Amino acid sequence: MTETLLSFEESLERFDPAMGLEVHVELNTNSKMFCGCPTEFGAEPNTQVCPTCLGLPGAMPVVNRTGVESAIRIGLALNCRIAEWCRFARKNYFYPDMPKNFQTSQYDEPIAFEGFMDVDVDGETFRVEIERAHMEEDTGKSLHVGGATGRIHGADHSLVDYNRAGIPLIEIVTKPILGAREKAPQIAKAYVAQLRELIVALGVSDARMDQGSIRADVNLSLSPKGDGGLGTRTETKNVNSLRSVERAVRYEMQRHAAILAGGGSILQETRHWHEDTGITTSGREKSDAEDYRYFPEPDLVPVAPSREWVEELRGTLPENPTVKRARLQAEWGYSDLEMRDTVGAGALALVEQTIAAGASPQAARKWWLSELARRANDTETDIAALGVGPADVAAVQALVDAGTINDKLARQVFEGLYAGEGSPEEIVAARGLAIVSDDGALGAAVDSAIAANPDVADKIRDGKVAAAGALIGAVMKEMRGQADAGRVRELILEKLTPAG
Amino acid sequence: MADAPGPDGTSAARVEITRDEVAHLADLARIDLSDAELDHLAPQLSVILESVASITGVAGEDVPPTSHALPMSNVMREDVVVPGLSAEQALSGAPASEQQRFSVPRILGDEQ
Ligand SMILES: [Zn+2]
Repeated sequence: MTETLLSFEESLERFDPAMGLEVHVELNTNSKMFCGCPTEFGAEPNTQVCPTCLGLPGAMPVVNRTGVESAIRIGLALNCRIAEWCRFARKNYFYPDMPKNFQTSQYDEPIAFEGFMDVDVDGETFRVEIERAHMEEDTGKSLHVGGATGRIHGADHSLVDYNRAGIPLIEIVTKPILGAREKAPQIAKAYVAQLRELIVALGVSDARMDQGSIRADVNLSLSPKGDGGLGTRTETKNVNSLRSVERAVRYEMQRHAAILAGGGSILQETRHWHEDTGITTSGREKSDAEDYRYFPEPDLVPVAPSREWVEELRGTLPENPTVKRARLQAEWGYSDLEMRDTVGAGALALVEQTIAAGASPQAARKWWLSELARRANDTETDIAALGVGPADVAAVQALVDAGTINDKLARQVFEGLYAGEGSPEEIVAARGLAIVSDDGALGAAVDSAIAANPDVADKIRDGKVAAAGALIGAVMKEMRGQADAGRVRELILEKLTPAG
Repeated sequence: MADAPGPDGTSAARVEITRDEVAHLADLARIDLSDAELDHLAPQLSVILESVASITGVAGEDVPPTSHALPMSNVMREDVVVPGLSAEQALSGAPASEQQRFSVPRILGDEQ
């Protein structure tokens, strides 16, 4: 089914977008939120379960202190107020991904509320207001059998693995983001990128969007330009890369605009994001909140974080990202534009780690923003999920610094890294990429270049040293780019000019 | 769906659940109820709710509403892994299993 879209420009001429972002962060605690089961990613199905997370009768949950601590730290980092007293609530629904028939969550008493995050887009700061951050638990994973592969429609039964059920989640909900206009897609992406950066700095999650440890839902509505109201919204679920956050906002803006411009109305519903085709498709009609019949969880006592504990946790917060960016820019000597590009590419933490691993700031930026950003774009992959990390990039640069390879050969090393051929050193050895600086091999190549270009050689003999470039080029060509250019030049001059 | 108790906490006897509300709840709970069953159940449920609501008559102004029997808070466990069940044990009570997973009937409707 192909939807009609209005162009992005026309949608902005006629409508104003309002966005709301809901981000789920899976915490990296050792054990689950309400039981002692482990939380390893990728374990064999149903090997990390117990009576509590399977919802067996009589099992009693007890809250994980570290889960609460991480929730408070996230709240504080988002400039939120921390509740003096709050409860868990049961969100009731009938779907087999939760064996209890409810999800333990928080309803009208979130642990953190009324915060904000300042988001940088194109050198401008845009404040995103945070409505709340609350504690809840993740659900199990379903496999649908029969019908089209993995699809729920047409399946004749489903298979459920409860390893993930009960892993702590923090859901962070923004207030409606208004006034973003043409920057709406970028602001959405920058918000999730900066939030992810913050989560990494807090060390409370693996923060891997590709593994689902950070998942974003995008709410979007349009209202007639200048009208100031809020239109009917759609909620696009599980947008699982930074790039897709931007694309999903843009797509829904264009889709809503086409419907509204044609005199139609928006159905309040869930939409599914399709990473491969870059479109959304209709999901279920959105339930009203009361359909979940929330009520306070009687099996868990309230959480009442003392102000002393909250202040103690405030003391553990990492440097504010805005302050940190300014400090790093000064340390690295980046221009405003260089810094903005680095942040915009989602590569700030990667560059920082690459520098920590020994590369110079300029080298780290060069590889991440040219080679790796291009690769991420070509393969439509998040730059952090390329399978090539800061340690690899620093190792490649170390080989360049040592004169083993040059920048051109380094690109071939990256090709090897993408193909999983081993470490940079192994790839250089296996592909035979090392620069030759051995005089024997170089001398022979220089001799044959002189013999093949007698007129050039004569010019050099006559003192026109600049002509050596042509011979160097010939030698490099013969040696497939792997000659030490500096040494080649020296050898040519030694051979053709009396003084050397 | 239930009328709130009056300010004096005693006038809460009139609690009603409509036929439409029962139909909606049945739908959420994936229970298929016929028209006859709805006609039959709605008044019955109203009576049950009314009986339960009579408890509000006991609470005076000096008794704050509470969700928990004991005035406790901050009962927490340390973040330590405790061995749970093996997959065999976990699946032993399941009506059906396949590929070391719980097998459930075809899911109608979308994820929540
Ligand atoms: Zn468990």
